[in-house]
Amino acid sequence: MQYAVLIFESEQDFADRPGLMPAYAAYSQALAEAGHMAGGEALQSPHTATTVRLRHGERQVQDGPFPDSKEQLGGFFLIDVPDLDAALIWAARCPAAERCAVEVRPVLAMAAS
Amino acid sequence: MEGRRAAELAARQSFGKLVAWLTARCGDVAAAEDALGDAFLAALRRWPVEGVPRAPEAWLLVVARRRLIDRARRDRTLEMLLPELDAVATDPDTPEPPMEFPDERLRLLFLCAHPAIDPGIQAPLMLQTVLGLNASRIAAAFLVAPATMGQRLVRAKAKIREARIPFVLPGAEALPVRSAAVLQAIYAAYTTGWDGQGDDGRDRGLTQEALLLARLCAALLPEEPEARGLLALLLHGEARHGARRAADGSYVPLLEQEPALWDAGLIAEAEAVLTQASRAGRPGRFQLEAAIQSLHAHRAVSGRVDWPALLGLYDALLALAPSAGARVSRIAVLAELAGPTMALAELEALAAAEPALKEHQPWWALRAHLLQCTGQASQAQLAYRRAIALADDPAVRAFLGQRARAGFPAPFPDDPGQGRHAGRP
Repeated sequence: MQYAVLIFESEQDFADRPGLMPAYAAYSQALAEAGHMAGGEALQSPHTATTVRLRHGERQVQDGPFPDSKEQLGGFFLIDVPDLDAALIWAARCPAAERCAVEVRPVLAMAAS
Repeated sequence: MEGRRAAELAARQSFGKLVAWLTARCGDVAAAEDALGDAFLAALRRWPVEGVPRAPEAWLLVVARRRLIDRARRDRTLEMLLPELDAVATDPDTPEPPMEFPDERLRLLFLCAHPAIDPGIQAPLMLQTVLGLNASRIAAAFLVAPATMGQRLVRAKAKIREARIPFVLPGAEALPVRSAAVLQAIYAAYTTGWDGQGDDGRDRGLTQEALLLARLCAALLPEEPEARGLLALLLHGEARHGARRAADGSYVPLLEQEPALWDAGLIAEAEAVLTQASRAGRPGRFQLEAAIQSLHAHRAVSGRVDWPALLGLYDALLALAPSAGARVSRIAVLAELAGPTMALAELEALAAAEPALKEHQPWWALRAHLLQCTGQASQAQLAYRRAIALADDPAVRAFLGQRARAGFPAPFPDDPGQGRHAGRP
């Protein structure tokens, strides 16, 4: 079963990224070697984000990320593990777990697949 | 009525075993409950006509399993379960069904108290899945609207299925924390039942059901002394059931209870269970709370309370599991040993460090009592008024009002959980 491990980061974490890269590289490698890596990406920092809404057919574009919170989505891993307990074990190993937080969400399985 | 109650509790044992067995095979506690519900309906229809089968549990199991298979055929998400279910499916009427099937209720308890489940719904979830209580009865005990409780239970079960929370026993490294969560949920079910006893003391809430869960847990977790500690604590609480209210329904604090009204059988059982627990040499919060209740129960034999021993137990409890209730109770014991003036100073210091205590009814009740003891009558009146305003139980409110009017030092309300007790014997 696939789970998304959503990485939330503080402003400081985004600023510290160059220093955090080795830890993320090691985490990715560990996931891959255990056969659990199904994908993932890191996102650029929230000040690069643009929020779009369509209202009455009209496009509204706004600078900034959608949720206006101190911690922002910084990236995600897609992991393939047997159950939630295994997903939580791998989530706790993600470098963001110690610094800010990670959110674990099951991926919705599409009936067609 | 007692016989009916016993029969109901026995049926609950079967229900939990069957739900656990089915959940182990389909990983979906809601589907397991639905299937079993159908099986019980079929039994109600057929047993009066055809007679009760030789192995009623096995009969229910086979019918419920067939319901699950039917559903799995309709529902593609359950399809992968078919081989597992087919492998054990037989015709209920020509059965060689398993007469004995493994008791997997421990896994069900761990599932309900999984950290990914909202702590507030863990106890209701256990009461429903392990004992088969319906949502409206649980809602009444937890003081929420039945529809709200129903929704929260459905949501929790959907999470189990959709996030795939596994139906397994935790590994050795996680076991202490995970079993503490199970015990805490059972304790929450008990105290909810206890609080819900009503002014006439007749409505026993869910205390019997919680006791059943505690017994189950102690039996299924023999290596975990805290499971026995919890059972001993609840048994002590139950033993005092008949003594907590006077004939007119008024509240009787622990130190004024007539030990002859305590249930000696339940106390003896509690003592035996606690002794067994202590053999492991791993004290814990529930064992210490049970030991505190055990010291009070000893008054039935010795006619007095061993205050120094009680203080030692509270110190140990606070070192292990600090809580506002235990801190206040410790000061009540201190008042017996070191006098009210010193206790009052400690009580003030406690609230200075922890302002939230100003919302804590026992803190005000003890303060009122200590103020009375030290001759500060008008201050005591104000404190009693605050304590009364914070008390939920009408009988406790009446008791505090009576003490305030009496104007002499007296005990203050106890509580089964925190082991609160105090005052002059």
